[in-house]
Amino acid sequence: MLKQVYDWVDERLNITPMWRDIADHEVPEHVNPAHHFSAFVYCFGGLTFFITVIQILSGMFLTMYYVPDVINAYESVKYLQNEVAFGVIVRGMHHWGASLVIVMMFLHTLRVFFTGAYKHPRELNWVVGMLIFFVMLGLGFTGYLLPWDNTAYFATKVGVEIAATVPFIGTFIKHLLTGGEILGAQTLARFFAIHVFFLPGALLGLLGVHFVVIRRQGISGPL
Amino acid sequence: MANHKNIEYVGDSRVPAKRVQNISPSYAEFPGKNEPFWPNFLLKEWMVGAVALTAFLILTVSHPSPLTDKADPTDTSFTPLPDWYFLFLYQLLKFPWASGDWVLIGIIAIPGLAFGGLLLAPFLDRGPERRASKRPVATSLMLIGIISVVYLTWAAMDEHKAHEAAKHPQGEAAAPSQPQGGEQPAADNPGAAIWQKQTNCQGCHGAEMQGGMGPALTSIGGTLSAEEIKDVIQNGRGNMPPGMFTGSDAELDQLVEYLASLK
Repeated sequence: MLKQVYDWVDERLNITPMWRDIADHEVPEHVNPAHHFSAFVYCFGGLTFFITVIQILSGMFLTMYYVPDVINAYESVKYLQNEVAFGVIVRGMHHWGASLVIVMMFLHTLRVFFTGAYKHPRELNWVVGMLIFFVMLGLGFTGYLLPWDNTAYFATKVGVEIAATVPFIGTFIKHLLTGGEILGAQTLARFFAIHVFFLPGALLGLLGVHFVVIRRQGISGPL
Repeated sequence: MANHKNIEYVGDSRVPAKRVQNISPSYAEFPGKNEPFWPNFLLKEWMVGAVALTAFLILTVSHPSPLTDKADPTDTSFTPLPDWYFLFLYQLLKFPWASGDWVLIGIIAIPGLAFGGLLLAPFLDRGPERRASKRPVATSLMLIGIISVVYLTWAAMDEHKAHEAAKHPQGEAAAPSQPQGGEQPAADNPGAAIWQKQTNCQGCHGAEMQGGMGPALTSIGGTLSAEEIKDVIQNGRGNMPPGMFTGSDAELDQLVEYLASLK
């Protein structure tokens, strides 16, 4: 039955090559920690993706309770943290996962750098990876404001003021981020939109490119 | 794969009947033991994920994520601190040669050079050599970058801790959950009984005065005089709101006397 359904879809859409591409590649010895323990450094990219998936899932659950307005934001986070079943775990995973993603991505970047894996022909994937890094920093910056506590408010205020000192476009950046003269209701709404829609969209697109390119080119050879 | 001869396609956006399979290059030329990604490698790889997830969950359960008081734009005593992975940029702006008139060095020139160089690394380091030891310029620049970031992050945290300690001279901010020496509260003192009824105070300072959101009070008498304590209770200080005490003026005096006796 299942096979018939699969064949029916495959006949029309030719889906076999899609999954065969993921399943049918070989993993060389030099990146396999089962053969050389030191090859664990090749795990950091995968772990970054793993934690990114956790971030997306935990973030989806957080939005079930979080209310992005200045009156309720703090109260909803407090409720989530103290009252909701497992809320403290879900928020904890999102909070600490944000730091872990940065750590894992940093280690992955260093592995790629010090093994010279960004060299010809993989220059473009390095650039895409750096863009992912910047998007992640943006997610960290915008997500930090959302609990709307003092830590969040004043850290964001400093960040926005630093952005405002950029010559020529500083004021524009500030207004784009805050949505007005002060850090207030508009800012929270904007940061929520950027954190939940704009940047994750960019992130998923970049991750897709990152993975397609590495499937095309394969992982770099042993040193 | 199914037989495609049965299908008729219309237009140019059709799925091609003969598709070039997107199979990545074979690693057959590499020495050693290759193994298929599916299922052999993935069966081992999940263990790495399981170990990482376990460590992650232990961290999550043992350290609940912080939540300070609700944002209060009028609170001037709060010391802002960005998340730790932005601290190196924040600390950079504290150098006199990267702030004030020279702020463009701090916000544009140095981060621009560092992140621009990182972004364009493959086009700057174009030699065929891949080993880190054979690329001294790239390797040493990266090492300098890592050391700078680590140092700046550490310096920012260190400065923040020193600043918080200066705000609370008793050093209570550094270890709010540790009772700070001093005499144990004497249970027979009438002030002690009044303290037991002050749930507002206990909310921040802890039921046993061990501290929490607010500083510990177990040796407050060594820092503040009776008049100062009374003033703080009545008028608030820093994050502490005024008028949290409930009871008569006589009871307040007894509590103040009791607190001042804790040295």
